[in-house]
Amino acid sequence: MKIIVAGETKEFKEGLTIAELIELEEVETPQYVTVSLNDEFVESGAFNNTALSDGDNVEFLYFMGGGR
Amino acid sequence: MISLLKSDFDKIVAHAKNELPNEACGLIAGTANGDDKEIKKVYLLTNTDHSNEHFSLDPKEQLEAIKDMRANGLSPLGNWHSHPETPSRPSEEDKRLAYDSRASYLILSLMDEDNPVINSFHIEKLISQKEDLIIK
Repeated sequence: MKIIVAGETKEFKEGLTIAELIELEEVETPQYVTVSLNDEFVESGAFNNTALSDGDNVEFLYFMGGGR
Repeated sequence: MISLLKSDFDKIVAHAKNELPNEACGLIAGTANGDDKEIKKVYLLTNTDHSNEHFSLDPKEQLEAIKDMRANGLSPLGNWHSHPETPSRPSEEDKRLAYDSRASYLILSLMDEDNPVINSFHIEKLISQKEDLIIK
């Protein structure tokens, strides 16, 4: 199946979960990454149970913050 | 080396002054060629902390900005935020929360409001390194 990851279309096995995608994409510091699936944010607790479908659009967003 | 248009610098300063006494923040986008980055667009986002000591980017606005970058053929290059009362250098919290080692972190100091100072930093594993920033 084809998944759009960060704007790039890639081929993956059927049934791939978000957690598996994070691993395959070697996302840096994944514990601080917010994931959007088709423009909806996915709770990190659901990464293991959320299977992706053909044509899904996934974005990885780093938490960005700081302080003085 | 990282370059920033004077007009974009002015946008950042104006937004940061408008948000005083709170910190202001946003994203930067452009093109990258090795270590050379050219900022072609700056995004003025909401500081969801609404604080003069902390900032967090709004994830929804972040996502919209990323989509706009793609639509305009730009790459995300990092972020910017203001320090209303402290110098243009990463705080310990800035370093601790810098999770993306590929990003450039621009910090605008408004300690002297009439003479804003901006610097760019590479931050990795809690160590910050000043980048050569050119405003043109």
